[in-house]
Amino acid sequence: MNWSQALPIVFLGLMGLAMFVYVVLDGFDLGVGMLLPRASDTDKDLMISSIGPFWDANETWLVLGIGILLIAFPKAHGIVMTALYLPIALMLVGLILRGVAFDFRVKAQASHKPLWNAAFFAGSMLASLAQGWMLGRYITGFASGEPYLYFAGAIALCLPAAYTLVGAAWLVMKTEGTLQQVAVRWAQQAWLPVVLGMALISLATPMISQTVFDRWFAFPQLIALSVIPLVCAVCLGGMLAVLRSPQVFGPLCWLPFAFVVTVFTLGGVGLAYSLYPYVIIDRMTIWQAASATESLAVILIGCAVSVPAIAAYTLFAYRVFWGKARELTYA
Amino acid sequence: MDALLLARMQFAANITFHILFPTISIALGWTLLFFRWRWLKTQQDAWLVAYRFWTKVFALTFALGVVSGITMSFQFGTNWPGFMERVGNIAGPLLGYEVLTAFFLEAGFLGIMLFGHGRVSERVHLMATFLVAFGTTVSAFWILVLNSWMQTPAGHVIRDGEFFVGSWPQILFNPSFPYRFAHMLLASTLTVCFLMAGLAAWQQLKHRANASTPKVLRVAITLAALVIPLQIAVGDLHGLNTLEHQPQKIAAMEGIWKTERAAPLRLFAWPDAASQSNLYEITVPRLASLILKHDADAQLLGIDAFPDAHPPVAPLFWAFRVMVGMGVLMLAVSWTSWWLLRRQGWDLTHAPRPLLWLLAAMTFSGWVATVAGWYVTEIGRQPFIVFGLLRTADVASKVPAPMIAATLAMYVTLYLALIVAYISVLKYMAEKPPTEPALVPTPEPRAQPA
Repeated sequence: MNWSQALPIVFLGLMGLAMFVYVVLDGFDLGVGMLLPRASDTDKDLMISSIGPFWDANETWLVLGIGILLIAFPKAHGIVMTALYLPIALMLVGLILRGVAFDFRVKAQASHKPLWNAAFFAGSMLASLAQGWMLGRYITGFASGEPYLYFAGAIALCLPAAYTLVGAAWLVMKTEGTLQQVAVRWAQQAWLPVVLGMALISLATPMISQTVFDRWFAFPQLIALSVIPLVCAVCLGGMLAVLRSPQVFGPLCWLPFAFVVTVFTLGGVGLAYSLYPYVIIDRMTIWQAASATESLAVILIGCAVSVPAIAAYTLFAYRVFWGKARELTYA
Repeated sequence: MDALLLARMQFAANITFHILFPTISIALGWTLLFFRWRWLKTQQDAWLVAYRFWTKVFALTFALGVVSGITMSFQFGTNWPGFMERVGNIAGPLLGYEVLTAFFLEAGFLGIMLFGHGRVSERVHLMATFLVAFGTTVSAFWILVLNSWMQTPAGHVIRDGEFFVGSWPQILFNPSFPYRFAHMLLASTLTVCFLMAGLAAWQQLKHRANASTPKVLRVAITLAALVIPLQIAVGDLHGLNTLEHQPQKIAAMEGIWKTERAAPLRLFAWPDAASQSNLYEITVPRLASLILKHDADAQLLGIDAFPDAHPPVAPLFWAFRVMVGMGVLMLAVSWTSWWLLRRQGWDLTHAPRPLLWLLAAMTFSGWVATVAGWYVTEIGRQPFIVFGLLRTADVASKVPAPMIAATLAMYVTLYLALIVAYISVLKYMAEKPPTEPALVPTPEPRAQPA
């Protein structure tokens, strides 16, 4: 395999990684945003404090993912962006609203705080719904026809549920006392919709796309692939068990979050397996969409140096704010 | 209205909204580092009060910059899908390096800078502040490289309509880059100076001044007074560079319709595209030739020399005058303020109230000048997206006009609301008394991993 064949694969991997990290990291802070209206006023502040130091960096992973699509696969970027024009606009409005509400709510007059809380919730919800819709449209390669729209609609509803679950699991891990107790309840409530949604999507995707069907339902790979849904099922079952056990308030508070991240990981792996080597399914492969090899090589050098550095200081930031969330003060 | 114009308006709305915030955060990051350093050096609490207040402004500004920056990263594709298809090999790596080396650096250390004091050592905290400031500047570097390359392309090879890299050094240090980069960094510095001076003056006027107010005002006015002559000089060099590489932009800025010798400087005019001439001109004879060519009889090319390849005249003519006017005003105000306030030993209680009102009125003057300057250079690149080589119309998206119009309306409404919110929150924060010191939080033992 030569460079012109290998580099697009490397960048597909990087893009997948960036998108996956984004979904997990921004997933929990979008989830916290959607849970905000259900908390008491003091708990609201603590919830925001738990994501405060991270959200800017979390959203940067989206820029990296979209950036790689833009710079490594420019020919696909235009098609994707044009096909998703409206949901992208709505998502951006959502992300803008929640990003600024985050800062405004503590800096504006106290009387305006409920307004910014509402903006934070609405922005989180809008961004999550739009992302779900885009995922649904993307999986089908932007196919036209009614069933495809229902499919996208279903995913649009499932993704906010999944974000809520990971958000609640984050709070279970990062908080204590009454907020932790309600967070466990929120996680329990979000569990069933997420399980149903994942089952539905797993069944519907092969039905809606022949390519995906052929990929999964053939021997002998079906046997190997069955690990993915099985481990997912175990994790989701384990999660429910932990959420119902008193241990979740003690030493096992991190376990629901770990389970849900594992489920997300497997979902990502399954999705990648379904789509590879297409960047737009059935229409454009990564090699057709890729930039010139020299340009990719230049970016790769940058990635090789900076992505480990980014990972290192991201971990450092999480370590600095490790443990239970406390009220944040500027200093 | 056609889809192309709507797409341009939408992109302009986004990029205008976006640039407001990096313009502040680039220089404000370094200013925070200065405040912090002064506090460590002098142990005067006033510097810490200043640091804390402006950190909050930074956090808010940065958040607005991040969210509008995310919007930008999508709009390259939604509005100009052809751009990346054609020049992706050059623009891609530049944008990629911006995200990898700058965007992450800023966002990653921002959390520690804002909330980490007491959780990390003083040195690590200072380092985090430095890295955030450094990141904003590196970000400006990459973005201005790309923008300058689009204005004065160099170091590329074109094969079958697609751009390939010929030489990275030539792309990075393309002819207009040094001028544009310097001009933007100084613009950011001036914007922050007048923002700080304006809010400090406002605090004094509203009897909400605290110990930090005169210190901040002094730093702001002194820095502005030093930087503004430098900015005027850099602007002049930038203009000469533009004349060399993009003469049609200069023709539009100066309202020169027909190529002429001994061109007069038009102080005021009403450029009229239909008749290809200016109405109601007020001119100074030969001065434009003298300024631009350092020869009062020199010939300057007019719009007529560039059929079908020149920008619209009126927006450039006006935006240029707004920018220059603002610069002259900044010069007058900063020097006058420095002289008057220094005479009183920077004791604001005796500062002339009209002066304080003037400074308060100029709080956002940097925004006006910066946006006007960007309009000159960006509208001045039209009808090209890559000057002389690629037309904007050829890379526009095929999205139907009504959809662009609808999202444009949505964005503009949101942006206007956010600008109003931003300004009113700054005002509110300035009027609120500073949270009194338990100045440094005592370091707590790190919470145990749960």
